[in-house]
Amino acid sequence: MGTKIVIEPVSRVEGHGKVAVYLNERGHVDKAQLHITQVRGFEKFCEGRLFNEMLVITPRICGICPVSHHLAAAKACDEILNVQLTPTAEMLRRLLHYAQLVQSHALHFFYLASPDLLFGMESDPASRNIIGVIAAQPELARKGVALRAFGQKIIEYLGEKRVHPNAAIPGGMNKALAQSERELIAGQIDRVIADSLLAVNLVKDYITKNKALVDSFASFESSYMGLVDKNNNVEYYDGKLMLKDTNGIVLEDKFDPKDYLNYIEEKVEDWSYLKFPYYKKFGYPNGMYRVGPLGRFNAAEGHSTPLANYEFQEARKMAKNGILQGSLYYHLARMIEMLNAAEQIKILVQNELICGKDIWVNSGIVNQESVGVIEAPRGTLIHHYKVDKSGKIQKVNLIVSTGHNNLAMNRSVFDVAREYIKDGKVTEGVLNRIEVAIRCYDPCFSCSTHALGHMPLELTIHEADGSVREVLSQQ
Amino acid sequence: MAKVKVQTAWLDSCSGCHMSLLDLDEALIALADKLEFGSSPITDIKHFTPCDVGILEGSISNKHDEEVAKELRANCKILMVLGDCAGFGGINNMRNLFTTSDIMARYYATESTAKGNVIPTSKELPGLTKVRPVNQVVKVDCYVPGCPPSAGAILYALNELLSGRIPVLPGEMMRFD
Repeated sequence: MGTKIVIEPVSRVEGHGKVAVYLNERGHVDKAQLHITQVRGFEKFCEGRLFNEMLVITPRICGICPVSHHLAAAKACDEILNVQLTPTAEMLRRLLHYAQLVQSHALHFFYLASPDLLFGMESDPASRNIIGVIAAQPELARKGVALRAFGQKIIEYLGEKRVHPNAAIPGGMNKALAQSERELIAGQIDRVIADSLLAVNLVKDYITKNKALVDSFASFESSYMGLVDKNNNVEYYDGKLMLKDTNGIVLEDKFDPKDYLNYIEEKVEDWSYLKFPYYKKFGYPNGMYRVGPLGRFNAAEGHSTPLANYEFQEARKMAKNGILQGSLYYHLARMIEMLNAAEQIKILVQNELICGKDIWVNSGIVNQESVGVIEAPRGTLIHHYKVDKSGKIQKVNLIVSTGHNNLAMNRSVFDVAREYIKDGKVTEGVLNRIEVAIRCYDPCFSCSTHALGHMPLELTIHEADGSVREVLSQQ
Repeated sequence: MAKVKVQTAWLDSCSGCHMSLLDLDEALIALADKLEFGSSPITDIKHFTPCDVGILEGSISNKHDEEVAKELRANCKILMVLGDCAGFGGINNMRNLFTTSDIMARYYATESTAKGNVIPTSKELPGLTKVRPVNQVVKVDCYVPGCPPSAGAILYALNELLSGRIPVLPGEMMRFD
């Protein structure tokens, strides 16, 4: 008789979810499903609001990367006004975005994922958290806390709040950067770059010591997508979308993200509220692609800053074809991006123009349909609006970063469950391994469930006849 | 002195209030001497056990949220709610202007959704209810509003609780955005 295993809630991820593993009669894994159990309804309840409110409403989808929704909404609204930003406004938008990359990547690595890497995936769950890291490695914890705080403070300078800032407005920015704030950022940036490099080295060290695990753990073929600049370097704020196959062969060379409907479609499965995007030409589910740090790493050719680019090219050498497939490589790509964002911040604050006062361009409503796309820390984020002549929202479509990775996360869960659950035997360490696989993607279930939902993780074991054998948790 | 045990959960929300808790930065490291975290989204302890302070973020928007709120209430001496969603429904209230079927019908028929898809009905997925603040389901002892409350307001409230007082925010910390 088969069995179903459920993990709930999935912890140290942002949001709500649970996992069900179905065993066959021999006790081996038959299938595994990551259920996203919440829907929130932003696509519907934004209808009828004025378009400029979207910069305030949509960040409430996610408190971890609210700046992503804030900026995607801002870009979509710029297009409705049909305006070009002033140079200072674009620099400030980028500063805001890079600051968010630093805080979000530091949050994920130090607060959520590092306990698995520092203590081991099967270590004591009671201390496998940020408080445990503070106790065991206080200096490292302090650096992680300071890195996140650095990004959050820049967001506060620009938007007067750390979470849900009011920084961007359609056509520009709400507030200029003060010289004193610029100096505070400049005074810390070399330390931030050094600590980001330290984080890169921590992950490299982990990979060297655990190469076989990293190469095999939740490692599978997929396509990869991310924004790139004209030189095919990783880009977060603007640029075109690059899509490559599992061997690094270009499938779509820098398509305009506004044409996303030609390339991406979403499938609905009965067992999850979160939809499953796929590459249209390959169909479902073969069109699985990955986004986020590893998606960008595999889709791009390098970084635009020297230290990050050096690490990027070194990482390329770790894999055949230069394509890294193992989900744990997300951590490496993520820390290299944090370094890249820190270097970008340094370049921005060295430029006088960052304190310019010319930060806003006004216009009437020109376009009644617009698409705003950015690379959020977790991957490509798409905001698509239709408005009437008075600027009232008629239709909203959102495809969020974690959504793009839905197929890949499910595949990761299946691979790890199959590897570590044999003959119906399940242990706590195995449960955390499944969560580690999910955690690689730094899923923001708050974001992905903007449409409906919640995701803490629970593992339920289903018998082959569908009945529940037991519900396992980590206590 | 025994540490004060705190357990937290997020219901229908964006996690922003928990992010504001992490925005305590260095102060969080100092608090680790006085507080211990039981079940929380930032730990791997999955189930509530008896504790001193329960903290909730988010509104009650489905059956599961309701169960979590009741379970934490049953396990804590003092229940504090963070943010506007938990306090009065917050931005989630906007959903109450529409029916659940309108919400679902739109999400599963957007421009990028493949034709012919149906709305998920699996019993694994909790159905939506009307959005409610936490105090319509369980008794709440104190409120820290804000979207999210600032780290300073959260620190003030925690320190008041550690001193044995129910926190009442001073004027400069009392804000809804």
